[in-house]
Amino acid sequence: MSARRGRGKDSSGETGDVVEGFRGRRGGGVAASFAASQAGIIRALVSQVADLVGSDPAAGGPADTADPADASVSSAAGAAGNSLEDLAELLANSGSATPPEDPVLARLLPDAYLDDSAAAGDFRRFTERELRSGKVAAARTVLDTLPEGGGRVELSEEDAQVWLRALNDVRLALGVRLSITEDFGERMDDLDPADPRSAYMWVYDWLTFLQETLVRALW
Amino acid sequence: MSVAPAEVERPETEQQAVPDTPWVTIVWNDPVNLMSYVTYVFQQVFGYSRRKAEKLMLDVHHKGKAVVSAGTRESMERDAEVLHGYGLWATVSHDK
Repeated sequence: MSARRGRGKDSSGETGDVVEGFRGRRGGGVAASFAASQAGIIRALVSQVADLVGSDPAAGGPADTADPADASVSSAAGAAGNSLEDLAELLANSGSATPPEDPVLARLLPDAYLDDSAAAGDFRRFTERELRSGKVAAARTVLDTLPEGGGRVELSEEDAQVWLRALNDVRLALGVRLSITEDFGERMDDLDPADPRSAYMWVYDWLTFLQETLVRALW
Repeated sequence: MSVAPAEVERPETEQQAVPDTPWVTIVWNDPVNLMSYVTYVFQQVFGYSRRKAEKLMLDVHHKGKAVVSAGTRESMERDAEVLHGYGLWATVSHDK
C-alpha cells in the first residue's frame, strides 16, 4: 500500500498550478475545483479505463454498444486533445482484452481464488460482468459530474464514493502501466525530467493526492 | 493462512467467524492502494470501527495480507466481489 507524501503545494506541467483537492462541504458531500487541463486529464483517463473494462472480450467489442451513453464515454478522450490522447494511449495499449493476459485488466478484475482455477473461473463467470459494468458506471458518473472546462465540482456523498472508486481504478491502471512499486516516493525524488514517463508519473502522483483528499473529506 | 489476527485480540466484538463454515476473505497488499482508502473501504464494506479497519489495513501493509472476514463460502465470495469493486485484491480461501 502507499501513503501520499506530505507536500504543501503541488505543481507540474501536466496538472496545472496549485492543487487543493477535495474538501467536505458544510451541508454534506464534497467539493473541489479543477482547471480545464486537470478536468481533461481525469476525463481522458477515466474514459480509457471505462473503454478497457467495458469491452467484452467474448464479443470483441464494447459490452453494450446499444447504450448511447457509451458514446460519451468513448469520445471524451478524443475530444481532450493530442497530449491527452498520448496519455490515454498508455492505458489503451494492451496486447489482449482477455483478463489473464492484459495486466491492467487482470488487476482490475482479479481472480478470487489463488490455487483453484475452476473456482476462480466460476467466480469470474458469475461476477465479472457486473464488476465491469459497475466500473463503467463509475466512470460515467465522473464524466457526468466533471465539466470538460473544469470549474468547481460539488458532489453528494454518494457520488463522491463513486468518484473514489473511479479514481482508484485509474490509479490501479496507471500503476500497472508505470510499474509502480512501494518505493514510488523515492522514484519521484529521482525522476529524470527527460524520462518519457515522468509526465505520467506526475499525473499518477497528482491523482494519488486527489484521492487522498477525497478520502479525508469523506471521513 | 491462520485465523484473522485482528479477531484474536477482540473476539467479543464484530466477530464474524462461524465455526462450522471456515471460509475466509483475504486482502492482499499492493503498491497502489492508499492506506487511508483501504481503511475507509474496510469501514464501508464491513461496518468495522476505524480502529479495527486501521489494524486490518496495517496487517495487509506489513504482513502482505490479512483475513478481513470469515463465514460461509457464499458470503465470502460476496465480500470478495464487493472488494474487487473497490479495487482491492481479495481472494476467498478455505481456512483448513
